[in-house]
Amino acid sequence: MPNPPAGNPPHEPAVFADFRDGVVTILPAMAASTPFAFLLGALATDKGLSTLETGLMSALVFAGSAQFIVLDTWQSPAPWLLIGLVTFVVNFRHVFMSASVLRHMGAFSPGARCAALLFLADENWAFAEARAARGRLTPAYYAGLVTFFYLNWVVSAVAGAYVGRLIRDPRAYGFDFAFIAIFIGLIVGFRNRPGFAVTVIASAGAATLVHLLHPGPLSIVAGAAAGIMAAAVVADPAEAPR
Amino acid sequence: MSPETVAAIATMSLATIATRFAGLIVPAGFARRGRLKAAFEAMPVAVLSAIIAPTVLATGWPETAAAVITLIVAWRFPLLAVVITGVVAAAGLRALAAML
Repeated sequence: MPNPPAGNPPHEPAVFADFRDGVVTILPAMAASTPFAFLLGALATDKGLSTLETGLMSALVFAGSAQFIVLDTWQSPAPWLLIGLVTFVVNFRHVFMSASVLRHMGAFSPGARCAALLFLADENWAFAEARAARGRLTPAYYAGLVTFFYLNWVVSAVAGAYVGRLIRDPRAYGFDFAFIAIFIGLIVGFRNRPGFAVTVIASAGAATLVHLLHPGPLSIVAGAAAGIMAAAVVADPAEAPR
Repeated sequence: MSPETVAAIATMSLATIATRFAGLIVPAGFARRGRLKAAFEAMPVAVLSAIIAPTVLATGWPETAAAVITLIVAWRFPLLAVVITGVVAAAGLRALAAML
């Protein structure tokens, strides 16, 4: 890394630039997530949650797919133990995600590492991995990915509790496909990694198969596990360090 | 706020945080070489592929076709162009499928 020019505080410009990079990078995902957060707020209101409860759920859980699945099957009074188990299964992919991204958090203090993990979500995780693959992942860049993405998620869910019914199905406009496109773009960014094709084929094949037999969050766990195992099997164990 | 709802939200939050912190139990310096290293390096691609596969492969032809178009664009162009292509292709092909 080049030395910063003498006379400048070495820290501040780099920190700010990294933070700004993170904010700019997450913007498309943030825009695409907004209609879903609105819809979530509307769904929560339909199921009898107060606006405060809706905001609290988005702020404390911050995991869209788990929130949708739980709210879809919401009963009153809420069966909290069952809901906790369902959430754990839906979010099990975070186990792989945190194990993987922690390897790139050498520049993070232990406190920053825990704070970063609290806000781990598919989109900011994927961008953090892509950043680490090209260079160095800094706390400032990660904070840039998370800050407005998180605030927008909570604020939009609360707004949706009031006006969510004005939004029709975001799928009709292809908004849901923004996430698919982001993830396709990020997958392609990893195409030079050893075992890339085998990982994609094993993961997509297993996820689709499990989805067809038993639709639900298990397909993600099965696909991820199959892809990881396939990569390990085809790896050359005596591989030279890269 | 009803106590049951607050309990449900708290349980959801704790279950999610548990999955987010699970990576911390992997010791530092673990999986630096060999097959374990390959397994860890495959995690981003494996998780992302598993997330999108059911939508791409088992929803309908408009989604599969839109994903193929998106994939081709992703090979050459920056992410913003990929996202715009994906959204436009999905919306257009779904509208086409609804007309057919």
